[in-house]
Amino acid sequence: MQKVRIKFHIERKNYSWQIIYKYFEKLVNVMTKPQDIDVMKPTGQEFPKEKYDELEAFINNLETTKGALIEILHKAQEIFRYLPRDVQLFIARKLGIPGAEVFGVVSFYSYFTTKPGGKHTVSVCMGTACFVRGADKVIEKFKEVLGIESNETTEDGLFTIKDVRCIGACGLAPVVMVDGKVYGRVKVEDVDGIINTYRKQEEQNADKVLR
Amino acid sequence: MQIKSLDELYELRQESTGKIALRLHMGTSGNAKTIMVCGGTGCLASDSDKVIKNLELIIKARKLEGTSIVRTGCFGFCEQGPIVKIEPDNVFYVRVGPKDAKDLVDEHLMKGNRVERLLYEDPQKNEKVHTQEEMSFYKKQSRVALRNCGLINPEDIYEYIALGGYEALGKALTQMSRDQVIDIVKKSGLRGRGGGGFPTGLKWEITKSQQSNVKFIICNADEGDPGAFMDRSILEGDPHSVIEAMAIGAYAIGANKGIVYIRAEYPLAIERLNTALRQARELGLLGKNIFGTDFSFDITLKYGAGAFVCGEETALINSCEGKRGEPNYKPPYPAEEGYWGHPTCVNNVETFANIPVIMTKGAEWFATMGTEKSKGTKVFALAGKINNVGLVEVPMGITLREIIFDIGGGIPNGKKFKAVQTGGPSGGVITEQGLDTPIDYDSLLERGSMMGSGGMIVMDEDDNMVNIAKFYLEFTMDEACGRCGPGRIGTKRLFEMLHNITAGKATMADLDALKQLAYMIKDSALCGLCQTAPNPVISTMKHFWHEYVAFVKDVDHPRGEGRYTPKNKIGMKS
Repeated sequence: MQKVRIKFHIERKNYSWQIIYKYFEKLVNVMTKPQDIDVMKPTGQEFPKEKYDELEAFINNLETTKGALIEILHKAQEIFRYLPRDVQLFIARKLGIPGAEVFGVVSFYSYFTTKPGGKHTVSVCMGTACFVRGADKVIEKFKEVLGIESNETTEDGLFTIKDVRCIGACGLAPVVMVDGKVYGRVKVEDVDGIINTYRKQEEQNADKVLR
Repeated sequence: MQIKSLDELYELRQESTGKIALRLHMGTSGNAKTIMVCGGTGCLASDSDKVIKNLELIIKARKLEGTSIVRTGCFGFCEQGPIVKIEPDNVFYVRVGPKDAKDLVDEHLMKGNRVERLLYEDPQKNEKVHTQEEMSFYKKQSRVALRNCGLINPEDIYEYIALGGYEALGKALTQMSRDQVIDIVKKSGLRGRGGGGFPTGLKWEITKSQQSNVKFIICNADEGDPGAFMDRSILEGDPHSVIEAMAIGAYAIGANKGIVYIRAEYPLAIERLNTALRQARELGLLGKNIFGTDFSFDITLKYGAGAFVCGEETALINSCEGKRGEPNYKPPYPAEEGYWGHPTCVNNVETFANIPVIMTKGAEWFATMGTEKSKGTKVFALAGKINNVGLVEVPMGITLREIIFDIGGGIPNGKKFKAVQTGGPSGGVITEQGLDTPIDYDSLLERGSMMGSGGMIVMDEDDNMVNIAKFYLEFTMDEACGRCGPGRIGTKRLFEMLHNITAGKATMADLDALKQLAYMIKDSALCGLCQTAPNPVISTMKHFWHEYVAFVKDVDHPRGEGRYTPKNKIGMKS
C-alpha cells in the first residue's frame, strides 16, 4: 500500500521532497527497525581512557590471544562492571575479529551482562534445593517489593534482582545473597527487612553527605 | 626445593607427618591440640571465617601454646554448619557461631570439658553425640574421593604429602609403563563420575592409541547441576588429589598440557586451585622433568561463564577455545579430535579424585566396593526436604532408603516422603516403590532416572510434581544452547505446555501431546543435555499421572500454583 502511495505523491509533484523523504524514512524504519537488543543502543556512558588502557595492557600481556576471548571478557567485565557495546567493539577490533563474534559469546553466557547493575545485587538462589524449600515465593516477594523483574534494576539504581543457580549453601536453603552477604533460611516475611537494611544504609550515607 | 626422586618425596613426607599427627591420633604430645574449622562455601556462608578469627584472638589472649587452628575443606554435614572438630580429643561440634568461640577455648581447651550445647543431638535417640564416627550421618559412609576433605588444610601441600600424596604419581612415573597405569584404572572398573558412566580406563586407552604429538587432558569442573556441589567441595577441600590424578592421566595418555575448566561462580575453588598449582610447581611436581623423568606436564585454568551445556565435553572444548559453548556432532569424539583438533581426554573432578587412591591401594581394593558393573563409591549432594542436608559418599549398591532415612535422617516436620530426584535436570523421580533398589548406573537408568553428577533432591508430600517438572524444564529451556531444533524449540514448547497445565488451561489432549513431544525430543536432540531434558516430565508423568490430570480436570486439586477457576462452577469440588 505504502509503495503505491509514495508513487502517487511523486507523480503529483506538489509535495516537497522533504515530505517524500519522510515517507521513505517511515518505510525504512518499518523494515529495518533496530533489534530490541540493548547492545545496539548507544550506551550513553563514557568510560575513562585509563580503563581501556588497562584492558589493552591485559590483552597485550597475554601469551596468545588464540582462544582467549572468554578470558578477556571476564577481565573486561571486572574492569567495566558490565560489557556495553563500545567495550565489545573495542575487544573485537583489538583481536581483529568481527564484533558479532564477540557479541555471540557475550550473549551466550549468563555470567556476562550488557546492562549496568544496581548498587546492590540481590541474588536469589534458584537451585533445586532452594526451589523445593520455597525460593520461588521468596523471589516473587522481592519482585513485588522492588517492583522489578529479575535482571532488572530499580529506578533509583539501588537494587538489581538476579536469579542464580545454586550458590552452594544448600544447607541454608532458601538462600539470598546481597552483594557478598549470605542470608540463609529466608522466609517471605524476611524480605522487607532485608531490603530495608540496605535502604537505611543508603539514607544514612546520604545524610552524611548532606552534613 | 624440587623433588627429583621418590626417595626425596618419602623424606619430605617423614618431615611433614608432624603437621597432621594429632589428627591421625599418632603420638599425642602434651597439651597440643588442633582445632579444625570447616572452610567450605556452605560453612563460610554461616560465618565460619569469624569463628576462626575469634578463636585466634581468644587463644592469643589466653596465651595457649601448642594449639593450632586449621581451616579444612568441607566436612559434608552442611545442615549443621559451621563445623568445628577438636583433635586429638575427637570432639565434633556443630552450628558453632562466632560467639561460641569463647566457650570452646575456655571450657574445652582450658578446662578439658566438652561444651554440651554445641554437640550434635541424635534426633532418634535424643542423645548428644560427640564423635564423628558415632553420628548416623557418617556411619554408613565410606569416603574415598572425599578422603581428605575435612581432614587437611587444602592450602598446604605438605599436609597432602604427609598423607601419602603424590606417591601414586611418583610410582607411576618411575616404576610403571603407560600401559600398566591404564591397566590398573581399567581393572578397578572406575566409571566416569560426571554422569555418563563411561569407563575411565577405556577412555584413556583410546586417547593413548591416537597418533599425535600433542594431546590434552581436561578436567571438567563445570558443575552446572543446580543443587550438586561435590566437585566444588573436592576442589576446595583437596585440590592436590585432582592435580596429581591429572598428571597421572597425562602420563598415561601421553599429554603434556592439562586444563581445568572451572565455573567462574566458584571463586573459592579457583583460589585454592591456584594456590595448589603454585605449590606443586614450587616442589617440581608440575613442570619439566617431574620426578627426574623426561615427563613434563603443566596445568592451566580456563573459566566458564555460566552455561550448563558446557558440562558436555564437546561444548566444553568449544568453550575452552573461547567460542560459544555449543556441542558438536559426535563422532569424531574428543579422544580423536578435541581441543584445537588434538586428541583430548575429558574427565570429571570426582573421577580424578578417585585415581590416586586406586593407584596406591590397588585396583582390587577399589573393585571390592560397589556392584558388579559399578565399582567404588559415589558422592551425592543430599538436599531438599531432608533433615541432614550435605555431601555424602556411599559405596555403589546402597539403597536409596539407606541414604535418605539412615544417613539423611528422613523428612523434616514429620511429613511423608514423596519422591527423590536423582541426576538433576537430566534425571527423573524415584518414588517409594523404588527406594529399595541398589543404586548404580544401570539400575537408575532402568528406573527412568540417571546417576548424573550426583544431585539428590528429596521431596515431601507438599511438593507438586508438575511444578517440579516445570521448574526443571524452565532450567533446561534457559540453558539449551540453540544449536539443534529439538533442543531450542522443543524445550520451549514443552515448558509452555507445562505452564498451560499448571495454569489450568490445558485439556487431556494436551497431556498426550506433551508426552509425544517429550519422547520426540529425547530421540532427536543433538547432545546429552536435551536428550535427557524431558526425563523429569516423562518420569513424573509415569509416577504422578493423577497430578497432571488433576490440573486438567480440576478435581481434588493438589496443592500447587495457578489454581484455575472455570466460569462454570458446577461439578467443582472445593
